[in-house]
Amino acid sequence: MATTLADDLRPLHHPHSWVTKYVWSQDHKVIAIQYSCTAIGIGLVALVLSALMRLQLGFPGAFPAIQPDNYLQFVSMHGMIMVVYLLTALLLGGFGNYLIPLMIGARDMVFPFVNMLSYWFYLLSVIVLVAGFFVPGGPTGAGWTLYPPQAISEGTPGHQWGIVTMLVSLAIFVAAFTMGGLNYVTTVLQARTRGMTLMRMPLSVWGIFTASVMGLLAFPALFVAAIMMLFDHLAGTSFFMPTMQSMGAITPTQGGSPLLFQHLFWFFGHPEVYIVALPAFGIVSDLISVHARRNIFGYRMMVWAIVIIGALSFLVWAHHMYVSGMNPYFGFFFATSTLIIAIPTAIKVYNWLLTLWRGDIHLRVPMLFAIAFIFTFIHGGLSGLFLGNVSVDVPLSDTFFVVAHFHMVMGVSPILVIFGAIYHWYPKIFGRMWNDSLGKMHFWITFIGVYAIFLPMHYLGILGVPRRYYALGQADFIPPSVHLANEWISIAALIVFCAQGLFFYNMIWSLFRGPKADPNPWGAASLEWQTPDTPPAHGNWGPHLPTVYRWAYDYSVPGAPRDFIPQTEPREPEPRA
Amino acid sequence: MPVAVAIAMLVIGSVAFHLFSPWWRTPIASNWGSIDSALDVTLWICAAAFVGLNLFLAWALVKYRHRPEYRGLGYKAHYEPENPSLEKRLTLWTAIGIAGMLAPGLAAWGKYVSVPKDATVIEAVGQQWQWSFRYPGPDGVLGAAGVKFITPDNGLGLDPLDPYGRDDLVVEGGDLHLAVGKPVKIVLRSKDVLHDFYVPEFRAKMDMVPGIVTYFWLTPIRTGTFDILCAELCGTGHHAMRGKVVVDTPRAFAAWQAQQTSFNQILAEAPPAAMSILILKANACSTPTSWSIR
Repeated sequence: MATTLADDLRPLHHPHSWVTKYVWSQDHKVIAIQYSCTAIGIGLVALVLSALMRLQLGFPGAFPAIQPDNYLQFVSMHGMIMVVYLLTALLLGGFGNYLIPLMIGARDMVFPFVNMLSYWFYLLSVIVLVAGFFVPGGPTGAGWTLYPPQAISEGTPGHQWGIVTMLVSLAIFVAAFTMGGLNYVTTVLQARTRGMTLMRMPLSVWGIFTASVMGLLAFPALFVAAIMMLFDHLAGTSFFMPTMQSMGAITPTQGGSPLLFQHLFWFFGHPEVYIVALPAFGIVSDLISVHARRNIFGYRMMVWAIVIIGALSFLVWAHHMYVSGMNPYFGFFFATSTLIIAIPTAIKVYNWLLTLWRGDIHLRVPMLFAIAFIFTFIHGGLSGLFLGNVSVDVPLSDTFFVVAHFHMVMGVSPILVIFGAIYHWYPKIFGRMWNDSLGKMHFWITFIGVYAIFLPMHYLGILGVPRRYYALGQADFIPPSVHLANEWISIAALIVFCAQGLFFYNMIWSLFRGPKADPNPWGAASLEWQTPDTPPAHGNWGPHLPTVYRWAYDYSVPGAPRDFIPQTEPREPEPRA
Repeated sequence: MPVAVAIAMLVIGSVAFHLFSPWWRTPIASNWGSIDSALDVTLWICAAAFVGLNLFLAWALVKYRHRPEYRGLGYKAHYEPENPSLEKRLTLWTAIGIAGMLAPGLAAWGKYVSVPKDATVIEAVGQQWQWSFRYPGPDGVLGAAGVKFITPDNGLGLDPLDPYGRDDLVVEGGDLHLAVGKPVKIVLRSKDVLHDFYVPEFRAKMDMVPGIVTYFWLTPIRTGTFDILCAELCGTGHHAMRGKVVVDTPRAFAAWQAQQTSFNQILAEAPPAAMSILILKANACSTPTSWSIR
């Protein structure tokens, strides 16, 4: 820990060659970029899969290459990649790695070598995941939830090898996350610089920190579920496999419980939602505060809301299982706990709005994305109350309402924050500015487009259109207008899909041609903008670690000469030594 | 400024979409109006929050947008780290709203989990990718069943040694018939993977889980024919796993039931060879350690 706390720079692993600087790097900033690029790369695969799904749903039969088997494989891989390999990896491995040491005033993570290993394990998990596309039978088509028995039974695409690569990849991912997560938690607890008390940390760090603690508690459930299913599949055990038939023939399995898997999966799966959401909550709080030139409203309440949401999220998992066949009396408890979690979440929304209230709002691109997030998150959060409210969930579960809800709340919302965050920190990470017009164009198409995609889906769900259907086929309750809606949703989706090209073009072009960025272009008070170099050099802080004298939100303080006071600025005239 | 207008337009657009879109609940065909009302209460509370919060957002964006001309006048954002009394009031109002929607939700769930005593038991069985049904026959009791008893002649796996099962009516791959106005407890079984018995007009649904028996109940309130869909991913043919439920008048229901085949008839019509396999299986199952035929 000496390496991160001391002013002494010598114990840091200084890179001596291109390979140790950019490949086997132990610098948290390089690892963050490695994590982010890998996550975005695999995320693009998932984006293409979603476009393929929309082609099938919008224009059924027009693409004979898309068969029911492929379709289910697209659904499954899209979901798993987006939730785990993109969002979790990008928010924690990417932003967590980049921001934690810079925001708390450390030179690096406390275990730089383990941090490097974390990335390489993550890369390995992605490679194994992608290998699923090339094994006989293709990747798994069991849905991202991987429910047994169908995940490892005939009749499900990829039940022979695709499921094996998926489960092995998940197990490796959990190992990677554990190495990263232990690092984030330990760094926050042990390596804060002088004066950086816990209650002076930016909310980004609070969100990432809490999510990391939750990940360390939740991912083991996924890990054991994956290992148990591998045993069921490869070693003939019956953890999840009851006495059953498969394609008309009786299987040798007996006595296992498919519901056990669902409990394990959602014990991971629900906290996972917040593992993605809490870093996004934290980051968006900082974006709003900086660009509204106003302190985040109710900071202490915001911190406690993050912590309480984190804790409560371990008590709500079975709201994914109201109609799973578990004891129905559980519904009373889980509906109550689920709706209670809405209270701290609502407080966060109020405080974002109250931060804007009486602010001095600069509508720059990162802020636009933050505002769009508030809108989509209010929408997605409220639709969650329908699904949490047990009896209301009964008609809606497994319909497009669920698809619309979770895309709005944990797809669109965190992705908008990620875009905002990339635009916000890009000048610090690369030392250059991006193109403003392209950024605004990207914002408008993405924001309006995603709403056009997901708003109508809620209504299709209320009508009763089920999810994970390759084709709706004939059903008396489905009017022809539903097919028209599907067509329009697909067109909107394809436009949003193409608009992401603007983002990538902007980011790559600006890397080489963007104008040189000011070290603190937004006038932010938090520590990462006060580094001596932009981009920050190895070791972050030059010869001496910074000292922190105030919280990260001193914006528009009455009497101050500027509309922000950096955390490093002493409160009073410096006391004499 | 444009973003404030966009937020306001999206709020108005969403409300308009809600009012004018052609997609809403199907006309209800069961007693679960309480689920619909719970949904309505949830919707109204959520809609008020959605409109209120987002219009506040749009208003704040207009009112407090950065205006360079104000800088000279010394305008700054308001510095106010927290306002505990405002936060407490907001928390309280949220809690009241939450309780307001949770109450009807839990009340409807209370009914959902309490099956009326006079409900007839009917079994639905799922398999990849077909629905089958079983009625208890004159004795009113479904006989024991399990996948281990399944033979080509005994598709639902009834235990041939269980006397309660002999009069059960077996409908393999056909339509489900229900009598209007009669509460039914639908017990659910799966032969292979997870399925979910879902009729949009009934509102109710429940997963079928191999290895256990699950259930839900309803009372059909109008006659008609409705689609049965599978609502739990069950493999390649998931989207094509369809069935029909016909809600009859009690008279038509009785007439239909009189034409169905009982398990006794199936056993009587099965060729002797098939019959002996069936009995052999039954014995093997009841005494798993011994293969002798009693």
